[in-house]
Amino acid sequence: MSASAVFVLDLKGKVLICRNYKGDVDMAEIDHFLPLLMTQEEEGLTCPIMSHGNVHFLWIKHTNLYLVATTNKNSNASLVYAFLYKVVEVFTEYFTELEEESIQDNFVVVYELLDELMDFGFPQTTDSKILQEYITQEGTKLEVAKTKVPTTVTNAVSWRSEGIKYKKNEVFIDVIESINLLVNANGSVMSSDIVGTVKLKTMLSGMPELRLGLNDRALFALTGRDKGKTVTMEDVKFHQCVRLSRFESDRTISFIPPDGESELMSYRINTHVKPLIWIESVIEKFSHSRVEIMVKAKGQFKKQSVANNVEVRVPVPSDADSPKFKTSTGHAKYVPEKNLAVWTIKSFPVSGKEFLMRASFGLPSVENDEMEGKPPITVNFEIPYFTVSGIQVRYMKIIEKSGYQALPWVRYITQSGDYQLRSNF
Amino acid sequence: MEWANQLCENRQFGSKMTDSKYFTTTKKGEIFELKAELNSDKKEKKKEAVKKVIASMTVGKDVSALFPDVVNCMQTDNLELKKLVYLYLMNYAKSQPDMAIMAVNTFVKDCEDANPLIRALAVRTMGCIRVDKITEYLCEPLRKCLKDEDPYVRKTAAVCVAKLHDINAQLVEDQGFLDTLKDLISDSNPMVVANAVAALSEIAESHPNSNLLDLNPQSINKLLTALNECTEWGQIFILDCLANYTPRDDRESQSICERVTPRLSHANSAVVLSAVKVLMKFMEMLPKDLDYYSTLLKKLAPPLVTLLSAEPELQYVALRNINLIVQKRPEILKHEMKVFFVKYNDPIYVKLEKLDIMIRLASQANIAQVLAELKEYATEVDVDFVRKAVRAIGRCAIKVEQSAERCVSTLLDLIQTKVNYVVQEAIVVIKDIFRKYPNKYESVIATLCENLDSLDEPEARAAMIWIVGEYAERIDNADELLESFLEGFHDESTQVQLQLLTAIVKLFLKKPTETQELVQQVLSLATQDSDNPDLRDRGYIYWRLLSTDPVAAKEVVLAEKPLISEETDLIEPTLLEELICHIGTLASVYHKPPSAFVEGSRGVMHKRLPARTGSGESTESPDAGTAAGGSAPEAAPSIIPSQGDLLGDLLNLDMAPPTTSGPPPPTTGMQMGGMDLLGGGLDSLLGGDIGGSPAMGAGFGAAPAVMPASLNAPVGGGLGDLFDLGGVGMPMGAYIPPKIVWLPAMKAKGLEISGTFARRAGVIQMELILTNKAMSVMTDFAIQFNRNSFGLAPAGPLQVLTPLGPNQTIEVSLPLSTVGPVMKMDPLNNLQVAVKNNIDVFYFSCQYPISMLFVEDGKMERQVFLATWKDIPNDNESQFQIKDCHLNSDAASSKLQGSNIFTIAKRTVDGQDMLYMSIKLSNGIWVLAELRVQAGNPNYTMTTIRRSGSSLKMLTLFPCAACTLTSLCCCCMDLMLSQYNT
Repeated sequence: MSASAVFVLDLKGKVLICRNYKGDVDMAEIDHFLPLLMTQEEEGLTCPIMSHGNVHFLWIKHTNLYLVATTNKNSNASLVYAFLYKVVEVFTEYFTELEEESIQDNFVVVYELLDELMDFGFPQTTDSKILQEYITQEGTKLEVAKTKVPTTVTNAVSWRSEGIKYKKNEVFIDVIESINLLVNANGSVMSSDIVGTVKLKTMLSGMPELRLGLNDRALFALTGRDKGKTVTMEDVKFHQCVRLSRFESDRTISFIPPDGESELMSYRINTHVKPLIWIESVIEKFSHSRVEIMVKAKGQFKKQSVANNVEVRVPVPSDADSPKFKTSTGHAKYVPEKNLAVWTIKSFPVSGKEFLMRASFGLPSVENDEMEGKPPITVNFEIPYFTVSGIQVRYMKIIEKSGYQALPWVRYITQSGDYQLRSNF
Repeated sequence: MEWANQLCENRQFGSKMTDSKYFTTTKKGEIFELKAELNSDKKEKKKEAVKKVIASMTVGKDVSALFPDVVNCMQTDNLELKKLVYLYLMNYAKSQPDMAIMAVNTFVKDCEDANPLIRALAVRTMGCIRVDKITEYLCEPLRKCLKDEDPYVRKTAAVCVAKLHDINAQLVEDQGFLDTLKDLISDSNPMVVANAVAALSEIAESHPNSNLLDLNPQSINKLLTALNECTEWGQIFILDCLANYTPRDDRESQSICERVTPRLSHANSAVVLSAVKVLMKFMEMLPKDLDYYSTLLKKLAPPLVTLLSAEPELQYVALRNINLIVQKRPEILKHEMKVFFVKYNDPIYVKLEKLDIMIRLASQANIAQVLAELKEYATEVDVDFVRKAVRAIGRCAIKVEQSAERCVSTLLDLIQTKVNYVVQEAIVVIKDIFRKYPNKYESVIATLCENLDSLDEPEARAAMIWIVGEYAERIDNADELLESFLEGFHDESTQVQLQLLTAIVKLFLKKPTETQELVQQVLSLATQDSDNPDLRDRGYIYWRLLSTDPVAAKEVVLAEKPLISEETDLIEPTLLEELICHIGTLASVYHKPPSAFVEGSRGVMHKRLPARTGSGESTESPDAGTAAGGSAPEAAPSIIPSQGDLLGDLLNLDMAPPTTSGPPPPTTGMQMGGMDLLGGGLDSLLGGDIGGSPAMGAGFGAAPAVMPASLNAPVGGGLGDLFDLGGVGMPMGAYIPPKIVWLPAMKAKGLEISGTFARRAGVIQMELILTNKAMSVMTDFAIQFNRNSFGLAPAGPLQVLTPLGPNQTIEVSLPLSTVGPVMKMDPLNNLQVAVKNNIDVFYFSCQYPISMLFVEDGKMERQVFLATWKDIPNDNESQFQIKDCHLNSDAASSKLQGSNIFTIAKRTVDGQDMLYMSIKLSNGIWVLAELRVQAGNPNYTMTTIRRSGSSLKMLTLFPCAACTLTSLCCCCMDLMLSQYNT
């Protein structure tokens, strides 16, 4: 059904740790993994699924590690990848960093986790908060009497333990919107969308029932009330804890939250709003002598918001040298290892202001033979206290049987996602 | 070095120690030292020692010698230590099976521990010890754990049943564990349900015919309830299991869909894809006019789009699946073109897939945007991506006629960049554009010719040569251009050589005066100096053609070519259906059926989408879909269904219901008997023996195109003559029975139909002669088949375009596909046909030679053949004699090859030649055969066995009685029905 075995390899293809779940694939098959990958890389055509004979390798890369699942059946590939990413997530929560060293330093726990995460190729408990209740890193202190299966593991509510206590009951809600944008070289917007996430930091006692109210257009259409601005969400994805059938029937977001930090939901909105920060660029290349770059950044939003930590990243030829910059605000620098000129503006008013950056680079007289790609200009920014889509938390109801009062805190932030403007250089 | 180890020991008391220290000790005598430590009295020391052992195991050292010492540590109350020992056991038990028994007692004891964590740990590890000897000791503990009060133990035990089944299936069945597992589907705990479903699905996979999962509306309901409550992984197990169910009717289908749809909002992409699979499958049963159907279609698009924001590997899986979904139901994503635009930082595998989907979604509405994007991509640096982008521009031109002009000019712009591989790709696609829109864009030829020298890839060279040959009359220096290629003729690849040969012949036919020398040169190069049989054959054909009848040659070589079709790389519909049933799995990523890459899956059935039905009607179960379905509704096979139905689903023509009521009488009188099959047809098959007619030109005149693949038997004979090879060694074309009368005029108000079946270039053709023996003109012909054993269906309409006047006769060739609906017929190769004209609808039945269904790729790999031959039980075997056959084994082999019966191996024992042959039917069934030929004995013995799928139980091959002649050919075999389920 899914993986026969899972391996963690270093970049040289050496097995750091592995677990054979089904025994139907020879563990030595993993030796073929790296040679296969190398061949693909040489051809410039890597693929996340590779096969050797009747063995299939499904792999992901994380920092300096490869996580590889092998199988010889018609496995559910999406399940395997989702599982491998989950393994990364769990290990990261356990060891802060998942890398070669942390695997070696904690191999006993890693084995224990691998044993608990999957059984005979079927993923089992993968919630790191729950796992931490019975698989602890302080292995030596653990005596049998103290260790019990947390009922949570098999409960219908498998993400929250009972008996959690806080002195002060609070929940923090972050609504974060990322703007993805693709602009053509001639300045027309090819595609733009907003991916929003609602993150929770829950500090609530007991087993609270929560209900989140958003200005969701579909909800208002359903209830017939229409007060103020509403937002149409194209697609919504929820954390395991949200009752999906409830949402499907009446758009209510009701759930028992996981304790601590979690991502409650994400949504996608197709927009045709003006790009918040517009970039115009003129890049002139004088072969064998120099490149002249002129970039104009313009805030395009009515509101009196300010974008923070704006970074405009302009690609330059790999053989450029002796950079010179002139900016009307902020400062610019050359990052040769990435072939970028990065222009940073700490605080950028979004309303109608325009700024300029000029850069010039020298080019060697002997031309670089290699064809270079045409990377786009990318922009990073962050606008606090504001969502582009206009989405709002209308209410967050918190009900717990002990009847305590709890306060929800809401914060909004808009940031750049995949914000690309193709240049014509 | 002692001090280093000492240091290591000491450091253990430091507070900030990590496990990595265990990896540091590497020296001789280590095993010995470890042994001492393992047997130490101190708990702490013991544990440290076990950790060192595991560390050594992790880095790949063999520490199996410590087996008894480690197992001795098993009895401990320290959970961490126990886990480590168990881990060790799992790794080494297989290499030390005798000693593994030592561990059994502890397992049994641990399965009764007060702590559920330990009970579960024991039962989980037990199943991972793949030692046959100890499995029976584990049954009792497992039985207890399956009924444990703690759900954590039960869910672990459920998986253990699957593990045990993998080691010893018989034991699991005998012990009744399967029933216990089935009971767990009704467990109160959703996690237990999910694992039970997973375990059962896994077991069912290796028992394709068992009704293990026993899905019925009640159990489905339980699963749907558990779906809401279990973990994300459990949801996937349940959804994947649901996908195997076939609802009874559209109402049930809808209600399941309604309860599955909320899963589309799950954050886990794998849950979403599994839900999409269930919905795509069950949707098939919903009537298209249902409101819910269109609601569902709308609901599918947003989650599919959101999958493109997932991690790149998941995006890749999603894109491969979207590629299938777009082919099956283009309406779902037709407005979502933009999300497939490629981003600079997408990994290459995502880029290439997006590009594929962009072309599939391209339409008149969005073509401008798509082209702008493609042009952008074509200037990137990634060679494979750029090539594909250029190809995509060509495909757009072919797909959206309105854009063709813009595409051509974009391609010309790209050619101007002079980037070598861009130019080559562009030329290849421009050739296709010429094929689609002849006489429209030839003005660009001059530009193309400028780039002749830079072409170094065979495909591009061949394309350019084709263009020069095709438009030779418009290119002044065509002869010079082609001549320049001729210089290095022998260094070119076959593709280029063949193209050059044809192009020069075309040139000669267009400008005979100046190019006589050139054509002679190429013909001699192709025929005398080449070892390539394809090239030689083609050379001789042209030669003979040109020397016999230049006028006919012109007709043939310069014949008008059929236009190429829009969608070139669509997945074949049956495969597509199967892949839709495998959404999310490797099969859907590879676009191959699981049987193509999973070893030992010969018993695995091909999944099919359910049939669309109304409420209350029974449906075929999905496993019935593959062939003559075992559980298909048993309609009386030889009677054509009632008129109303037939008209309803067959012709769908707006005409008044025929006046005759009730089913027409079965037309048994017209069925072809075995005798009829032979007749004069043998002559045509054995053209070589009776001598091909020297008038080759005439034979060619009838051939529709010049491709050698379309040459049929008479030509084969002629060539044999030409090569002076006698009747030996030349593969013959497939056997074609002579035409016989299927529908006499008196039964069809003056319309007489006679016909036969042929397989040409991999396509089954029904060749019909329609004769109008009535007094009035006949028009509006249409044809339709009833459901039949192999899903034969017309691949297009019956091409009778002109009215058929009194006493006129027309020959029509109707290509057939094998993807139509399937129903078992008796005899198996019976085909019921309805033909309609302006007068009435007529019914007849005929039988097709089974060899029509033998496909071209029926040559099994030797290894596979060998393994399969051994693997198939004797029951599947049948044997028969072929009498009076005077061919030697080689001749027989080559004759049979013509009909796609491939000889895999030949062996000679005691003067007896044994030929091993394989045949593949169009529905994927393999038949293996052994043919024994004894020199001097005209009687052959043939043994056939079937590599059986579930549905093949009732098929058997045996010779038709009349076949006793010298012609060993496929008509010797006939597929007949033997008792069902023997």
